[in-house]
Amino acid sequence: MARYGMVIDTVRCVGCMDCVVACKTENEVPEGLNRDWIAYETRGKHPTLQMEIRTERCNHCDEPPCVTCCPTGASHVEDFGRIVLVTHQECIGCKACLASCPYDARFVHPEGYADKCTFCIHRVKDGLDPACVAVCPTHCMHFGDFDDPNSVVSRLLASRRHHALLVAAGTAPRIFYLD
Amino acid sequence: MDPLSRRRFLKISSATLGLAAGGGALAGAARAVSSSAASTPPTGLQKVPTFCDICFWKCGAIAYVRDGELWKIEGNPDDPLSRGRLCPRGTGGIGAHRDADRLRTPLIRRRNRGDEEWAAVTWDEALGHVAEKMQAIKSRHGPEAVALFSHGIGGNFLKHTLRAYGAINFAAPSFAQCRGPRDVGFHLTFGDGVSSPERTDIRNARCLVLIGSHLGENMHNTQVQEFADAVGNGATVIVVDPRFSIAAGKAKHYLPIKPGTDLALLLAWMHVIVSEKLYDQDYVAQHGFGFEQFAASLVGYTPEWAYPETGIQPEVIRETAREMARYRPATLVHPGRHATWYGDDAQRSRGIALLNALLGSWGRKGGFYVPASMDVPEYPYPPYPTSEKPQVDNPGGRYPFALEAITTGIREATVTGQPYPVKGWFVYATNLIHALPNEAETIRAIQNLDLMVVVDVIPSEIAGWADVVLPESVYLERYDDLNVEWFREPFIALRQPVVESPHDQKPNWWIARELALKLGLGTYYPWRHVEEYLDTRLKGAGLSLAELKTKGIVGGGTPPVFFDEGVAPEFPTPSGKIEFYSLQLQEKGFDPVPRYKKPPEGPPGTFRLLYGRAPVHSFSRTQTNPILHDMMSENAVWVNADVAVRYGLKTGDVVRLKNQDGVVSRPVKVLATERIRPDCVYLVHGFGHTATRLRRAYGKGASDAQLITRYETDPLMGGTGMNVNFVSLEVES
Ligand code: SF4
Repeated sequence: MARYGMVIDTVRCVGCMDCVVACKTENEVPEGLNRDWIAYETRGKHPTLQMEIRTERCNHCDEPPCVTCCPTGASHVEDFGRIVLVTHQECIGCKACLASCPYDARFVHPEGYADKCTFCIHRVKDGLDPACVAVCPTHCMHFGDFDDPNSVVSRLLASRRHHALLVAAGTAPRIFYLD
Repeated sequence: MDPLSRRRFLKISSATLGLAAGGGALAGAARAVSSSAASTPPTGLQKVPTFCDICFWKCGAIAYVRDGELWKIEGNPDDPLSRGRLCPRGTGGIGAHRDADRLRTPLIRRRNRGDEEWAAVTWDEALGHVAEKMQAIKSRHGPEAVALFSHGIGGNFLKHTLRAYGAINFAAPSFAQCRGPRDVGFHLTFGDGVSSPERTDIRNARCLVLIGSHLGENMHNTQVQEFADAVGNGATVIVVDPRFSIAAGKAKHYLPIKPGTDLALLLAWMHVIVSEKLYDQDYVAQHGFGFEQFAASLVGYTPEWAYPETGIQPEVIRETAREMARYRPATLVHPGRHATWYGDDAQRSRGIALLNALLGSWGRKGGFYVPASMDVPEYPYPPYPTSEKPQVDNPGGRYPFALEAITTGIREATVTGQPYPVKGWFVYATNLIHALPNEAETIRAIQNLDLMVVVDVIPSEIAGWADVVLPESVYLERYDDLNVEWFREPFIALRQPVVESPHDQKPNWWIARELALKLGLGTYYPWRHVEEYLDTRLKGAGLSLAELKTKGIVGGGTPPVFFDEGVAPEFPTPSGKIEFYSLQLQEKGFDPVPRYKKPPEGPPGTFRLLYGRAPVHSFSRTQTNPILHDMMSENAVWVNADVAVRYGLKTGDVVRLKNQDGVVSRPVKVLATERIRPDCVYLVHGFGHTATRLRRAYGKGASDAQLITRYETDPLMGGTGMNVNFVSLEVES
């Protein structure tokens, strides 16, 4: 059974938001809302500066607080690829998951259910990369199976320095950023 | 690019390539032609190849239609420009089709110009009215009195109609308000321009120097993809910019230059490279003209001299110069694109060209390649009428090295009536209020017109000043002329309709043709539908419309593009060599080698206004696109963090900007940031819309263009340097 995740090369990323746009069109995310976003982190004083740009989204955590806190089981870990999903019909819109997610990855869809990144599971099942990965003009995003030591993502993690977000929260996120 | 030098590029005949065109594919495509895209909405998923029009890069794309509705658009993997991946604007391009603020029907002005009060009319009425006014202008002033401002490939058919009518004045802001000085500087040096897409071999560069060129924010797709490749491959990146751009964040050396002093840095770099004999001596000896005089002129331009001008320490200037030399000829000093900064821009660009010449990068891998194109004959139209009159924009060759017509020259002639009156303007897909400096002058010119026609997809500010507004179908709803691209891998691409226009919008070819018929110029339109035109041109190249409709793109292989691969080095300058010393400049009274002049400072308490691009918008034309609006709905004014503290400002506070002439911007949020020098502020261009019909974008952010009341004209080529305005911060209480 696969355990999907992402490895994102912050060296290549220019923060152009193509990932955000592609997610929006692929998944018809409603106006005013987005499932992914860009974070800029600048350190230093002009002109001695360092900047990291990250494309961020649901981390599809190995220990997802949004799943354990869900009163109805709508928020769940899918067998396919261990992807964290929300079953729309079972969601009562209580927002417990929104509060529990340390990455602020969730929002309430205008139709009343909690919504977020699905890793484009519909595409992955067809053998495609998620829309954000497939569109990236800088080729900074990689998607694959962390349980397969030969996958591109596993090999990148093995060969390059990297970090993940808010590891101290104990969520065991599955999106990693190459330094 | 003038036709003479273009001919020197490689040309490839598609007919000789033995392109495989399978019978099955052709049969399928023939059906697509006869069913004329989407006339009966089909069910299921359809993929239609076309090319993007959100900017002029023209990336090949595949649009997805699901149950008759436009769903999404992706890059065409066969397209060498996009390599299957569009930029964010291209990906969001489907929003142009859905945009609720689109122009829907032809409009005729009801009251005063600029009041934005209109009557919706039929196409017949609108075009009849335009034709009548054009005939009146022709009989009173001659056809030369009608001018066209146009941007992009979509203007081709309108230009054809106006040529047939006898017009001779055609200009695009892409020259005098953008890349003109750069192309002139390179022409004067190498005899050839940089062209578009730029002939830069970024992906193979081992050292890349960006001077104000903000790749990653400026999203010209191929350039950004190759920039990421270069960065990923560990190329040394040197960024020169008053603002810590996205590219600066990838740089080994960030040089926070004082605005307006780039030429001082270029001269000091060249001083180091020449005095330390680090240049490509064989290349210079073989291809150079006037090197000795050039070298002699650099003597005084030491890094120590440049330091107080630029603020860049002498040791940094030396170190970066040596680094450039270490990687030559795979060192690319990028020529940039939007180069109209200070009014001495052609000479600064010549400085960039000369630095590349020293490094031997022109024609070399990791530098500049020699583009190629495929041979597609023009449609065999009857000859256009000729005119005794000169073009109006550059009387007496006042700007002797202008390569193209000067928009602001046409504007000036429209105001003064000299050398002859201009009484009609057609404006196609360019929002002149945001594109030209000094809005008041543009409006003054418009008030002198007998006819002002705007053809566009959205009710932009310039549309607000029109007498007649003609709503165009967006690129996803129309055919356009073929894109016969000059590139490393030459190709031919087709734009074709994916979905129908939602209202009474029409494709530009239809508008141009109908207008020609109303003007009695039917002989210039032997074809009835643009498909006939396209098929005729393609047949001339041994291809067919049917094939292009199926594939979207036909490539011409990978010809040699570097001197080392066998391309003959050719320099179509007067000397036939790379002109380190320019006699043609000297003859016209200009500096034969660039010479630095100190830029004037602004009044105390003001900041130089700089502007640039965001990756999710093109010019001032995408702010109402619902998808791109969601990515960035307003701009902010970048203010250095220390300055912000001095003014008691923090990010999100609202200010107005007041320029040296008392012009005050709309309220705009502050971005207090370490990422900019304290002596300048920065706005992303294209915001601060004032056209009331741009409902989604109206009043959001501030317009840099509004504050650009001053400009410095480049004496070589008539470009308008626009980074010469200074603003103060007016804190909102
Ligand atoms: S660079 Fe972007 S906007 Fe321009 S043509 Fe390509 S995809 Fe379209």
